[in-house]
Amino acid sequence: MSRLSGSIGHSARRRHVLRALGAGAMLGSPALRAVAETVTLPIGNGERPLVRYPQKRPLIVVTERPPQLETPFDVFNEGVVTPNDAFFVRYHLAGIPTSIDADAYRITVKGKVSTPLSLSVADLQKMDAVEYYAVNQCSGNSRGFFEPRVAGGQLANGAMGNAKWRGVTLETVLAKAGLQDGAKQVKFDGLDTPVIPATPDFVKALDIDHALDGEVMLAYAMNDADLPMLNGYPVRLIVPGWYGTYWVKHLTEITVLDGVLNDFWMATAYRIPDNTCACVPPGSAPATTVPISRFDVRSFVTSVRDGGSVPAGRPFTLRGLAFDGGFGIRDVTVSVDGGATWMSAVLGRELGKYSFREWRLDTTLPAGPHTIKVRAVNSIGQSQPGEPLWNPAGYMRNVVETTRVRAA
Amino acid sequence: MRIARRSWRYTVAMGLFAAAFPVTAVKIELPPESTSLKPAAGSDLAIRQCTTCHSADYVAIQPPGKPLAFWRAEVEKMKKVYGAPIRDDDVEPIAQYLARAYGDAK
Repeated sequence: MSRLSGSIGHSARRRHVLRALGAGAMLGSPALRAVAETVTLPIGNGERPLVRYPQKRPLIVVTERPPQLETPFDVFNEGVVTPNDAFFVRYHLAGIPTSIDADAYRITVKGKVSTPLSLSVADLQKMDAVEYYAVNQCSGNSRGFFEPRVAGGQLANGAMGNAKWRGVTLETVLAKAGLQDGAKQVKFDGLDTPVIPATPDFVKALDIDHALDGEVMLAYAMNDADLPMLNGYPVRLIVPGWYGTYWVKHLTEITVLDGVLNDFWMATAYRIPDNTCACVPPGSAPATTVPISRFDVRSFVTSVRDGGSVPAGRPFTLRGLAFDGGFGIRDVTVSVDGGATWMSAVLGRELGKYSFREWRLDTTLPAGPHTIKVRAVNSIGQSQPGEPLWNPAGYMRNVVETTRVRAA
Repeated sequence: MRIARRSWRYTVAMGLFAAAFPVTAVKIELPPESTSLKPAAGSDLAIRQCTTCHSADYVAIQPPGKPLAFWRAEVEKMKKVYGAPIRDDDVEPIAQYLARAYGDAK
């Protein structure tokens, strides 16, 4: 758990107070949720409310407490940068901060360092800044499509987003503190806390070489604005190319370790089969596992939904996006005949190797049903499997996506 | 610095005590919780044990038609891994309630 001088409100605590005061306490405050509508994800038991959370447009509610919000997939056709108010939200523990005084907020740097630090947001803003685009993606993005289905957050493809992050590199911060000999890992803790003491606090670690790669960032700006509260205001860790589990929100403690963190969130949760496909035969358990790390390659059609329609007999443009774990997208190929033949798409402007990359393909389809498939290849030749891979936790889905359309 | 006002649930309070010491506080109010576990035999126990730490939709969104073993594994995970204070004798009644209300058990 992180301790912080300053004013921090926690939702779990507030909830108990409200409960104790009774329903009357809600008078004068928003007592009704603004449920715009519901959506039905294309999975069994996929009906979800669309609700407007603070600083957010209506998003798909996966869970209410703690909040887990999925981005409606149409957003990804608005552009390769995901707006802050549409960016997905994922917490693990219900003790989340709902009130933060950024002036009192401090990030401590401690452990195997020469000079322990206590840094304010203003201190970070005075240090050398870096800025880059990077995709954040939940490890369990698309879990709802696993077959057989597995337990966990039942997500379609919207637990991902691409933003321009600005901040200071972890390398710069650690250089200021000075590393002692024998540093092996750096662990990260934020303001979110468990509801009961027996639940393991959410703490993650990176190996020291990764921490010092000059890319891992303490971000205080997202798309040229403050981070939304639900995305980690005022500072979160950015681990470009790696799954969101490492992107600790409301970051308050950085501890340099001379050992390896073996807490629940590293040693038990967020583990994948220890093989090149991170997969096992459906329904089976892996013999050995390793912590999840870098994204695999993914690509999507965004300009038309599965089951949607396209014009018949005249040219139109198919559009979508692709990304990988930071090697960079080299090629996107598209099939409009169910995978029999493939054409290279035109890639959009590169916003950096960690960013979504737009692709476009001009095509003409005769009237009738068509099956579109899209497959990306990155600069080291990694691509996407034609058939889905499976693991018990429902992580890292990256099958070649299929979009069935009707030309009319 | 720009002050954003997007909805009644989001307020940014900002004051300047002195030019050198900007004070910025952000406070949000989450929508009230709307989901609850289905009422049935065993639901009182499940509500007490499950919804202390998370909302009922954690249960409700799980894949349809899962057997008792799936729900038992979830209850045991909550107890052993997340430290839920579920008595040994309560594991099976909670699992059976969940399998009946949300799974394939009749």
